[in-house]
Amino acid sequence: MAHHKLSARQYLILGLVAVCAPLGDTCLSRGMTQVPDVTLASPGSLIAAVFTPWIAAGIALLIGFFASYLTALSWADLTFVLPATAFGNVIVALLSRFWLHESISLERWAGIALITLGVGFVAQGPSLTERPASPAKEPERQDPDIKEPPTKRPDVKEPPQEDPDVVEPDVKEPGIREPEPKEIAAR
Amino acid sequence: MMAIGVWSATAMIATVVLTSTAGEVLTAAAMKQVGDLDEIRARSGMKGAIKAVITCPLFFAGVGFLAAAFFALLFALNHLNLSLVAPASASLTLVTNAIAGKIFLKENVDRRRWAAALLVCVGVYLLAH
Repeated sequence: MAHHKLSARQYLILGLVAVCAPLGDTCLSRGMTQVPDVTLASPGSLIAAVFTPWIAAGIALLIGFFASYLTALSWADLTFVLPATAFGNVIVALLSRFWLHESISLERWAGIALITLGVGFVAQGPSLTERPASPAKEPERQDPDIKEPPTKRPDVKEPPQEDPDVVEPDVKEPGIREPEPKEIAAR
Repeated sequence: MMAIGVWSATAMIATVVLTSTAGEVLTAAAMKQVGDLDEIRARSGMKGAIKAVITCPLFFAGVGFLAAAFFALLFALNHLNLSLVAPASASLTLVTNAIAGKIFLKENVDRRRWAAALLVCVGVYLLAH
């Protein structure tokens, strides 16, 4: 299996990781500002906060993020997945610029440029560290292209095997008979 | 909001960064142990994939730390400004993960990945600030 090239499906999963995480965080932060101060003395208020709408929506998005994140980590390195999916911050910033018409400061444009550059760097490299394949983990794979030697077909008669070692007995050909003694005398 | 001292703010952010790094490294190790989830799902369906993940003990260690990081983040967000906590923890986590990935996961963190981690780290900070 080639680890360097990701399939379209794998890009889709990386995209889900990228978009769900910042959207979920945004929902969480929006929800947390509406909740009264949480202190170590009242941990119960933190549990209650989980059930407010914005925080619940944020948690739902983060569950979606987590499922795709786990899938991504199963076929790619952590140091590949994290920078690559940071691109989601850029997507969210651009969405808020062109969809919600929020203004983006020069500082934030610089941030967008740096993230995009960083993602470009990491995406050019391999997504998984090559390791020597452990024989215990790699299942014996049957290659469908290699065919077994053809078995003998019952409907086709094999030609009789000629054995060169068997010495043929000295038989005279039946069509040619030996001349009789009187025939010889008649000549 | 910012009536909190520098040291407690640092401690809160450090807690978020360290617990989430531990959680992510453990989770990544667990998923490498489980194997390609897309292949597992193609072979034995969604149930098989879920079973493969939840029968891996490392996964629960990872999730435990990630949950701790999540509550540490909620706690910090309640005491500090979002514009400080979010960029600081997100960008620092990228760098600590690159270090931890190299040390603990033996990932091939080449110059390209260091560059990416640092660029994205600064970028996330600027963007979220």
